[in-house]
Amino acid sequence: MANKISVTVNGKQYTGEVESRTLLSDYLREDLSLTGTHIGCDTSSCGACTIHIDGKAVKSCTMLAVQADGCEVTTVEGLATNGNLHPMQESFKEEHGLQCGFCTPGMMMTATDFLKTNPNPSEQEIREALEGNFCRCTGYHNIVRSIQLAAKKMSEAV
Amino acid sequence: MTKYIGKSVKRVEDKRFITGQGKYTDDIKMPGMVYAYILRSPYAHATVNSINIDAAKSAEGVVAIYTGADIPEAIAGVPCGWQVNFKNGDIMKEPPHPLLVRKKVRHVGDGVAIIIADTRANAKDASELVDVDYDLHDAVTDPKAAAQPGAPLVHADAPNNIAFDWQLGNPKEEVAAALASAAHVTELDFVNQRMIPNAMEPRSAIGHYDTAYDKYTLYTSTQNPHLTRLLMCAFVLGLPEHKVRVVGPDVGGGFGSKIFHYIEEALVVWCSKQIELPIKWTCDRSEAFLTDAHGRDHVTNAKMGFDADGKIVALQANTFANMGAYLSTFAPAVPTYLHGTLLQGLYTTPKINVDVTATFTHTNAVDAYRGAGRPEATFLLERLIDLAALEMEMDPTELRFKNFIPAFDGVEQEGYVTQVALQYDSGNYAPVLTRALEMVGYEAFREEQKNQKGDKLLGIGFSTYVEACGIAPSAVVGALGARAGLFESAQVRVQPTGKVSVYTGSHSHGQGHETTFAQVVADRMGIPLEDVEIIHGDSDSVAFGMGTYGSRSLAVGGSAIVKSIDKVLEKGAKIAAHLLEASTDDLDYAEGKWTVKGTDKSVGFGDVSLTAYVPHNYPEGLEPGLDFSSFYDPANFTYPFGAHVAIVEIDKETGFTKLKRFIAVDDVGNVINPMIVDGQIHGGLAQGIGQAMLEGAIYDETGQLINGSYMDYCMPRADDFPSFEVDRTVTPCPHNPLGVKGAGEAGCIGSTPAVVNAVIDALWKGGHKVKDVKMPMTPERVWTAMQG
Repeated sequence: MANKISVTVNGKQYTGEVESRTLLSDYLREDLSLTGTHIGCDTSSCGACTIHIDGKAVKSCTMLAVQADGCEVTTVEGLATNGNLHPMQESFKEEHGLQCGFCTPGMMMTATDFLKTNPNPSEQEIREALEGNFCRCTGYHNIVRSIQLAAKKMSEAV
Repeated sequence: MTKYIGKSVKRVEDKRFITGQGKYTDDIKMPGMVYAYILRSPYAHATVNSINIDAAKSAEGVVAIYTGADIPEAIAGVPCGWQVNFKNGDIMKEPPHPLLVRKKVRHVGDGVAIIIADTRANAKDASELVDVDYDLHDAVTDPKAAAQPGAPLVHADAPNNIAFDWQLGNPKEEVAAALASAAHVTELDFVNQRMIPNAMEPRSAIGHYDTAYDKYTLYTSTQNPHLTRLLMCAFVLGLPEHKVRVVGPDVGGGFGSKIFHYIEEALVVWCSKQIELPIKWTCDRSEAFLTDAHGRDHVTNAKMGFDADGKIVALQANTFANMGAYLSTFAPAVPTYLHGTLLQGLYTTPKINVDVTATFTHTNAVDAYRGAGRPEATFLLERLIDLAALEMEMDPTELRFKNFIPAFDGVEQEGYVTQVALQYDSGNYAPVLTRALEMVGYEAFREEQKNQKGDKLLGIGFSTYVEACGIAPSAVVGALGARAGLFESAQVRVQPTGKVSVYTGSHSHGQGHETTFAQVVADRMGIPLEDVEIIHGDSDSVAFGMGTYGSRSLAVGGSAIVKSIDKVLEKGAKIAAHLLEASTDDLDYAEGKWTVKGTDKSVGFGDVSLTAYVPHNYPEGLEPGLDFSSFYDPANFTYPFGAHVAIVEIDKETGFTKLKRFIAVDDVGNVINPMIVDGQIHGGLAQGIGQAMLEGAIYDETGQLINGSYMDYCMPRADDFPSFEVDRTVTPCPHNPLGVKGAGEAGCIGSTPAVVNAVIDALWKGGHKVKDVKMPMTPERVWTAMQG
């Protein structure tokens, strides 16, 4: 059954029809061609599909597209503003927080939301905040460093 | 003079990944694209009586359905790329691995039918309407049990399920005699459990037959597009290689699992010819668990003998290695030439024999997983030596120092010839352990451990390793059974404006080649890094390639690039000499220009490049252009080494083990980009520690993979690890131009036994003298070990 939805994604409004069963992650990738949101599992475990819904980090494979009707969605493609990288993006590059890049969008989306609630986290708090995001390349070491650097940059910017 | 080499240059590839613009196979869409779903066997061992696709065929959106019966007989299946012979000289058993099974399924996940529809969801829906009638049979999953009389047979023509048996080293009788007269023998039975690689990007493949050009394209999440093309064209589908393009675009991690040529790749290509539409197949994570080639799975008995002074006198290793239901591309090499050959370790052991029996079981295929054989060898050696130290009441580091091979640089001193068929290139083993001990604060730790009271046990575990990478000299591996060469190719194309495009047969799937290789090129050519572009992964642009695995990219692929650069500069010098009216012998090349020695007369790289393509004023007889290809076949493997140390704290009440510190000192030869090398080590450590503490595939007796999802298989998470403490020593490789050895697998090879040894050390200090705790060392297993 087709359902009409209207979603704002990265500041742009999209209106279209989706099947009831279509996951938000599939809608973003297949219907909107926003392929920066990755799908790494089928159990909502890996976090590669993490996006922001109304500013809050959500695994987009845990939501149906119809549930996003009327929501503000930000994906990794919307993290940079006016061509300027988000401090989180800069920090992942500076601290070598990515290797293959597949988990990276989800990591950054989780981490940016986390820093909103905890702008000055301890290393342990960062590690715990990443429990829902898997990375197989980095051993998480430099992801933690990246988030620490981003926290520093973002607190200095305030 | 280096401007870039040795510097932590930030990665040039990062921008596309951090902005969500990476292009992985599943991100590619083509007009008219349809989607494939593969119906797989839910049973480990069954006869397929019939497959009824009638209902599925008329389901919504279905374009085509194929079963094994539809695939021509001539397409027997995917081949194995490495041949190991039985001890008696017979060729290994090599039953076909069909694209879709016809009569018998041999593991859960064996492909039965491919359903192609307009959407992925419709293909999946239709698959539920396919009716397969199975007759179930008993299954065997354990590699040792499979070889026992009466075990269910995986293939009728492989008696006792034995794919091959193999041995290497000194005669068994000599080893047995040395063990019999040893002052102490440490014996250990252990399992190196089956691992699931779990690259974060699930495998994906797009087959596209283009009717206009009569040409096939395969996009696939692969570590080696050219080898996939060769295998698929020559040994599976019988396609003309020049009419097939294979592209490995951005690939989300591999760790070995994306080296191999998989049935799905050949299937989407074959099907796309049948229906003349592009077909995409992307596996679910659950399918990845069932069908990505697994790793390890050895059942081993090993004995290490010592004289009264603690010198190792002999080693006997007997291993059953699980091949799974079919021989995957490099599977036979893993327990043999990548495992048995490493059992010298970094010790002077004078007598070594290794005996391997490789068996078929009703499980998914096992092949190379990060380290591939070398982690198993390191685990064997390092568990034995640490346990021996406990048994002999010696310090485990002192026991190692006593047995290390003395330093040799491979130039002044010959490379070390082992008892197991290798000659190490260069090594200086004591300093890595010495440095690791400094970082640990070893004496202080032992004090702390001695004074430890209360509800926790403290333990420290060591692992010192040597590995073989930079694979490999083609003639050598050919003699050992490889059905391919293991050289690498590189083309350095200087554009008329002096910008440089480099085409490499290495494939980056996280390793950062676009940066590291560019550092090498920019420094060697004396040009800015921004003027260099590294191109890889597309068989239509890169002449040839053997791909990336075995920590080979820089040592082999990088060396091929250096060869091409040398040719460019040699020709450039001729052009420069002509322009400067000087002899090439009178020129120096530095910082991007040729200068006549002792003068200020010079010509820049850019001018020479332009002259090569606008050859008006040009040396007589010299061809225009500045574009060279090279193939580099290494003279030897490279042999990185290192010392890893784990410190653990065990909760006496629960058995919960916390990894408190992990120290790794690795020597990977010269380092081009320290940031990237550290990153490779970190990732390897996490996988090695994951094996020790968290991960492991579990098949039940019926052959069901009972932890085949992220809800069940314990993937390492960020809060499972402390910050890693890493350092390096540098012992250059003497036989390649960059002096590099390779860093991709070291972390995974060294770390696993260090963690287990730390737990055993803690248990012994707590009065529980157990020899082993099975991996993964869950709280339950550690707690049980404390009850004895």
